[in-house]
Order: sequence, then C-alpha cells, then structure tokens
Amino acid sequence: MGNKTDVWQGTLALMVLKTLETMGSQHGYGIARRIEQTSGNLLALNYGTLYPALLKLEQEGAITSEWGTSDNNRKAKFYRLTRVGRKQLEREARSWEQASAIVARFLAPAEEA
Amino acid sequence: MGGLRALLIRLRGLFGVRATSDEIAAELDSHLQMHIDDNLRAGMSPTEARRQALIQLGGMEQTQQTLRERNTLPWAETLGQDLRFALRQLRKSPGFTAVVIVTLALGIGVNTALFSIVNTVLLHPIALPHPGELVAVDASKPNFERGSISYLNFRDWQRDNRSFAAFAIFRHSGWVLTGSGDSERIHGDYVSSNIFSVLGVQPVVGRLFAPGEDEIGHSPLVLIGGGFWARKFGSDPNIVGRAITLNGQAFTIVGVIPSSFDLNLGTFRAEDVYVPIGQWGTGALKARGAGLGIHGVARLKPGITLAQAQADMYAVSDHLAAVYPEDDHGLRASLMPLRDAIVGNVQPVLLVLLAAVGFVLLIACVNVANLLLARSNARAQEFGVRLALGASRRRIVRQLLTESTLLALAGGALGLLLAAWGTGVALKLAPAALPRASQIHLSPLVLCFTFFISLVVGILFGLIPAWRVAGQQPQNTLREGGRGVRGTRHRAQDWLVIFEMAAALVLLAGAGLLIRSLVALSDTNPGFQSNGILTFSLSAPYSPATATPEGATAWVHDVDQRITNVPGVTAVSFVDGSFPMTGDDDEELFWLQNEPKPSDQNDMHWALRYMIEPDYLKVMHIPLLRGRFFTDADRGKTPPVAVIDEDFAHQFYGEANPIGQVLNLTDPDQKATIVGVVGHIMQWGLDNDAGFPLRAQIYRSFAQVNDGEGIPATGFTTDIVVRADHADTIFPDIQAAMRRMNAQQVAYGPKTMDHAIADTLAARRFSMILLGAFAALALVLASVGLYGVISYLVGQRTQEMAIRMALGADRGNVLRWVLKRGATLAGIGIGAGTIVALLVTHLMASISLEKSSLIYGVRPWDPITMIGVIAVLMCVALAACYVPARRAASVDPMRALRSE
Repeated sequence: MGNKTDVWQGTLALMVLKTLETMGSQHGYGIARRIEQTSGNLLALNYGTLYPALLKLEQEGAITSEWGTSDNNRKAKFYRLTRVGRKQLEREARSWEQASAIVARFLAPAEEA
Repeated sequence: MGGLRALLIRLRGLFGVRATSDEIAAELDSHLQMHIDDNLRAGMSPTEARRQALIQLGGMEQTQQTLRERNTLPWAETLGQDLRFALRQLRKSPGFTAVVIVTLALGIGVNTALFSIVNTVLLHPIALPHPGELVAVDASKPNFERGSISYLNFRDWQRDNRSFAAFAIFRHSGWVLTGSGDSERIHGDYVSSNIFSVLGVQPVVGRLFAPGEDEIGHSPLVLIGGGFWARKFGSDPNIVGRAITLNGQAFTIVGVIPSSFDLNLGTFRAEDVYVPIGQWGTGALKARGAGLGIHGVARLKPGITLAQAQADMYAVSDHLAAVYPEDDHGLRASLMPLRDAIVGNVQPVLLVLLAAVGFVLLIACVNVANLLLARSNARAQEFGVRLALGASRRRIVRQLLTESTLLALAGGALGLLLAAWGTGVALKLAPAALPRASQIHLSPLVLCFTFFISLVVGILFGLIPAWRVAGQQPQNTLREGGRGVRGTRHRAQDWLVIFEMAAALVLLAGAGLLIRSLVALSDTNPGFQSNGILTFSLSAPYSPATATPEGATAWVHDVDQRITNVPGVTAVSFVDGSFPMTGDDDEELFWLQNEPKPSDQNDMHWALRYMIEPDYLKVMHIPLLRGRFFTDADRGKTPPVAVIDEDFAHQFYGEANPIGQVLNLTDPDQKATIVGVVGHIMQWGLDNDAGFPLRAQIYRSFAQVNDGEGIPATGFTTDIVVRADHADTIFPDIQAAMRRMNAQQVAYGPKTMDHAIADTLAARRFSMILLGAFAALALVLASVGLYGVISYLVGQRTQEMAIRMALGADRGNVLRWVLKRGATLAGIGIGAGTIVALLVTHLMASISLEKSSLIYGVRPWDPITMIGVIAVLMCVALAACYVPARRAASVDPMRALRSE
C-alpha cells in the first residue's frame, strides 16, 4: 500500500512539474484540470492527493507560490517552477523515461510471443 | 539547500500555525469555487454544481488536517505529544510530582540563593573599573600585620615608588553637622586628593579634589556622597560652591560622589562626606611614627605585577627605615590585592557554605533519581506493553526524558521563587562585613545557572531509568506481571540511599561542630560582664566656655553627672583610646624603669591603652586584682599613675609585685607609677583574643592625661560606656539629657556591649545558621529518600509478605524485617558518612576566621557531636522506615494474594 502511494506521489510530482513548465504560473485548480485533461480524464484528482504533493514540492523548493487573481477574478494561489524545480523535472523526466523504456522492453517480447 | 528551505518553511509553519491554516483553507476554498464555476458553465444547476464539485474533491477537513501536519516539523509535533502525555502522567500521580518538584525546588533554590550571594560578593566584590589593578596598601609593623600608614610615610612612598599609577589614603572620621536642619553626627573619611581618581569614580555633579587641595593649610573643601546629597539637599544640581558646617567650620562643596559608589574596604565605604586629609587638625599628621588609622589604596601601573610592586615598595620603605630609624625601623609597606582585602574574611565561610549547599543539591538530585527510578520500575509493564505494540525504544526514552526534564524545569522555576525569598533571608543574617551586600540580587547569570542546573538534573536523572527501559525485553517484563527488572534496580536504589545518608551525616556533623563552637564561645568569659553595658559616642562643639582647661573639666563632670542622673544608670565612664570589641585600638609605647631608652619606637614595649574614668571598673565589672584603681583625685597636678592588667604584669614582671614600679611613657612623656592590677579583658573578640600578639593592657586616668587641655576649635568627640538596668532601651533618655545640656551636643551610635560582642561573631553565626539550615534540609531529604525506597520495597514485596504471613510469620517479624532493612541501609550510609565527616571537619578546622579557626573550643572529631549527630540521623531514618513497615505488617494476606 505504501509503495503504491509512493509511486503515485512520485509520478504526480512529475506531472505537476511538467504541467507548470508547460503552462507557466498556475493555480491548484488549473493544475488539476490540466492533468485530468492531459490524462484523457483517466485520472481524477481530489484535494487529498493534489495539495499534499504541492506542499511537498514547495517545501523542497521545486516550486514557489504567491497569491493572485484567476481569469474569473477569483483569488487563488499561483504556483511557479523554480530553478531547482526545473532541474528536478529534467532529472525525473529522464529517469522516468529510462524506467518506462526498460519496462516497455520487458513487456514488448511477451506480446510478440 | 532544498532541505534547509523545507526546514525553514516548516519552522514557519510551526510558529505561525494559524496563518497557515487560514491560508490552506482559503486555497482549498478557491479551488472549490473554481470547480463550481466550471460546473455552472457546463450547464449544471447551482446546487448540482456544488454537489458534484464536493464529491469529486473529497473531504476538505481531512485534507486540511493532512496539510497542517505536513506543514510543521514532525519532531516538534512528537514533542508536543510527549509533553501532553507527560503532563497527563504527572497529573495522574500528584504525590510523586509534588515531592519531586519540591525536592528539586529546595535543592535548586538554596543553591541559587547562595550562588547569588557568592556571585556578587566573591566574583564581583569591586564595582570599579579595572579592579584587578587595585591594591590595598598598609604598613606592616612588629605588632600589626596590616598597620596604619603615617602621613609622612605616605608622602614619601607616593614620591619614591615606581609601581603605582596613583596611590591614595583614607582615614575614617565623623563630624557634627550644624546649620542644615537639626545638628547631627555624620560620617566620612579624610582622604588624599586623588582617592577617587585612583578608584576610577567620576562625580555626578561638580569635580573631584585637585592635586594640592589636600595640603595642610589649604582652604576647607568637601565632596559629598550621593545619599547625603539627596537627604540633605534634595539632589539640588546647583550644590557646588555652597558650604556646609562641620565641627563648626565652613567647608565648600566641590562635587558629589554618585550614590552608586559602593566599596567596603576596611573603614572606607560610601559615606556622607569626604574631606581632604590636610584639614585634619591633628598635629600627629607631621609625626612619622604616628599610628593614625590611615590606610592606603593604589592602582598598579599597566603591566606591573603585584610581586614587582611589592618588591619596589619594600625597597622604598626599607630605604626610609634606614633614613628614619627612630620611626620607621621594622616598618615595611605591605601590598594585597584589593579583592583579597575586601573578601578575605568572608571567602572561607562562603566557600564552606557553597560546598555544603552543593551537597544539598546532590542529595536532592539523588532523591529525584531515586523517585524516577522507582516510578519507572513501577511503570515497567506500561513500557513493556508499548514496546510490544511496536513503540520504538527511542520514543519511550524520549518520553521519559521529556517527563523528567519537565519536572526539573518546574522544580527550577519554583526553586527560583524560593531563591529570591531565601536570598533576602540570608542577607538579613549576613555579617555587616559582607561586601556589596546591598547589591546582591538574582542576576541573569544566576537565572541561567538555575536553569542549567535543573536541565542537567532532568536529563541526567531521566537517563538512568530511560537507559534501563531501553535495555529491557518486553516479554520478560510482561511475564513478570509488571514487577519490573529485578536485582540491579534494588542495588542502585540502595546505593543512592546510602549516599544520601552519608551526605546528610557530613552536613549534620559540620553544622553540629559550628553550633558547639558558638556555644563554647558564648560560655567564654571576655573578662568583663557585657550584659547591662551600653556604649555610645558624644560629640561636643567648640564653645568659649569649654575652651579653657577648667571649662573642659567642668564639662566632663557635668556630662557624667547628667548621665548618672538618668534613672536606671548606675555607673558611667568616658572611654578614650582602645575600646573592647569594636575594633578601636590605641597603643601606649613605653620602657621599663630599669631599661635604657630605646633608640626607636619599634624597639619599645607596646601595650593596648585605655583612657578611662574612675567608675570604669564599675561599668565593666572588671575585677581589681591588686592595689587600687583610679580615683577623682588622680588629676594633672597629682603624680602620674597607671593601672595594668594581669597579662601586662605577667609579661613584664613575672611573679614579682608590679605595684610601685615606674613606667616611662611616651604619650604624654611621663613617668607613671603602677598602682593597681586588674583582670585581662578581650579586646578583639571572643574567639581571637589569643591570636593577637599585643595582649598587655594599660589603663590611664582620662582626667590625668587630658588635664590642661580645653575643647579645641574642631570640637571634641568621645566614647562613653554606661552600666544601666535596661541598657537596650535607656539611650533616648540619655540622648535627651545631653541635648538639654546643649542643643548642639549630639549623643549617637548607641550599641549594647552584648550586641558589639555578637557582631564580632556575626560571620560565625551566619555560617552556623546557614549550615544548620542546609543540614536540616539534607536530613529531611535523606529521610524522604529512605522512606521512598522502603515504601517501594514494601509495595513490591506485598505478595511475598502475604505468603509469609499466610504460612505463619507473625506481624512483628514482618515489621522487624522491614525496619532491619532500612536500618542496614542507614547504618552503612552513616558508617561511610562518619569517615568522610572526619575528613571534612578536619578541613573545616583548618579554615580560619580572622585569626581563629572556624571550629572553636571543640575538637574536629568531637565525640559528643559525632554521637549526637549519628543518633539523630538513625532516629530519623528509623522513623522514616517505620511508616512503610507498619503498612507492610498490617497487610491482609488474603486480600493481597487475591489482588494478584
């Protein structure tokens, strides 16, 4: 159970970082929506998963936040990628690609057989 | 980097929890609102939009809680939990908590109180700039280690030395102040011009004396003290240039010494006025051999050590001795660090007390350790269960440490209150000679000291049970049914109790010896009957009527008559020269009838000189051993006579009869015939008379010595002794009688002789009372410790004893068994303590208080004290065991067995 959460948290962090890299500054709701859309609505993010991940990233210094106004004139907290976050994104994206490539290689011959 | 940043953010979260909570709530709320907005835009009804959003987003409250927890430091959270749990645990056993806190508070409280005193008195005795450069300068002479410096020698030492940046002198004196309200007696010092620049004191108003203003014949100037300035002039800033009248002479005020000036060097302290030494109207200033009570203080040049300065001053004074052999033969300048001169007398006492109070703290700590140990054993099952349920050992150890630290801090806080109170009490008992007593307070340093002690105590004594718990196997504990770790535990507790008993015995023995010393001293006969004697001083101004010899004689007679007429007074005498028990001494220099005149003063014989009136023996109740005492007929015109004491007779005449022998006296130059021998009296104090080399005493008739002199222009001051029925309450009547005689005449400074003697023993009484209090405290703590251990033992063995009783042991057996166990522990402690006590009391005997040992009139291994102390300790120990022993013996076997 713990492992599953870790993997999920790890991938979620990667998704958040990638989203922020693509969209620039964005609030929590925007990030959630974007991740849901990008995943083709296969993922549904509730508060309980998204916000702890944001907090952890902020504590690690990967992202920073400040209060601003949304497109619809609502006060919201906007998150932005930091230099540290950019490096972390590069690093994690690379290791994730490696990992998925390795797993893909294991899975591919099985399909052929 | 990232880690540090996270820590900072988390710390912010820890201390600003509320703000962050609000922020989290606001962020989640805005998220929800945006979701609802989108749902609305998608065409849902407002209610449906909200419902869908809430369903998708999950529990808002749980999320907030998770975020809050993540937002702070986990260890701080745990600490909070530990603290809450510890508080709950401590509240559950209020008896244990109270005993531990009170024990610690007592130990820490007395320590802090005493450390406050030591901090000020020993560590900061001089509130002046660069105190390390200051030295006390005296003249060592054959009869006086630290004798006074004559004015001419001062001038030469000042000129010839190469070690002092500056060198000043002071001489205590008193004046009658007139013309500023009621005439009153004020105190102060004759000083050299540079005294305050040597000390580094700046005036608050005006200036200090300039060089040369202390020359003989200079116009009269005065510096006044801050207290006097406030009392007499309402701290008027325009005081400089105004004049005050001292002994009938106008002195111009040049400046004000700050009231913060605080020094306690012999007779020199913060006073009312400071007058240049040149104003002292005594002709003796010009006599190189005169002993006038002048002492010096100097500031060393930078880089000069005390040893170098001492060598330099030896050379200077030896040179003078060669030039003026008649006056300076055998006389040398003697230097001492100012700190030693100030605290030298109280240092040993305070160090003894500090050691004693350290013992008390140690006992208190041991007690606390013992209680914590017993408690952790009793809680072994609880810890066993927690370990078995998966608690980490670290967590349990931390829990125990939190509890003990909490206890220690509470004890420390309470101890601080106790210390603030105790410092006040101790100061009330303190000898007057305690330097800077007025400045003693709980300083921040002391505050830190207290909390340091309590933290160390908490951690140290929390560690012992914690370390034990960490090593235990939960299954063993659980199997034993919570009876804890066997074996080692008892032994540790036993050792602690034995230590407590031993330490208490050492303190009791020390206190016992001090009490016995004081008892021995109170039985000491000073050579006179102190009870019923009142002493005071009388200052008379100049007046034309008393300026003639006849006028002065008539005045003395009138004073005597008026005092005698006060109801209750039975005898009265003027006292000039030496005065027993006050530290005032005066010497007669002489040579015997058959001896050639010695070439210099220091080769003459010396004796303490008392110039008194015929009724002196009646006042003092000194026995007349041979011949006669003075009569009113012994005056200037009759042949000079003297009375000597038995020590004088023995020293100079052995077994021969001294009556009729003639003495060649020097002040005034007279040949006096010995007419009587009286008993020896103690001049210096009850405990140290034997320690002074100068013991011979000579009496002269006041009327005979002073005949032919009128009261001088500077007025006249004398001491007077009176025997009265109510010596402690009669002074106002005498004062009124003196004022009726002359409104400008002031009687002041009343003191009964009993008080004067008590004052000489103040340092002893101070140490006795404090050490006695510490010993009593130690006794109580040690018996509480023993009680705790025996109670615990009884609690643990209830089942065993129930079985014994069920098998036929009677209650008496059980009672005896418990008592025996307590007595064994106490006995071992007492045995060990006795050995240590003998060493410690030997050490105490080697500590001296102004020429006599701290332990007086009793041997350090005094068997009565030792046996008494051992008996007291044994009784208290048995009493402490008796209560739990009774409890053990009254156990109902069936109920005890069933409860298991």
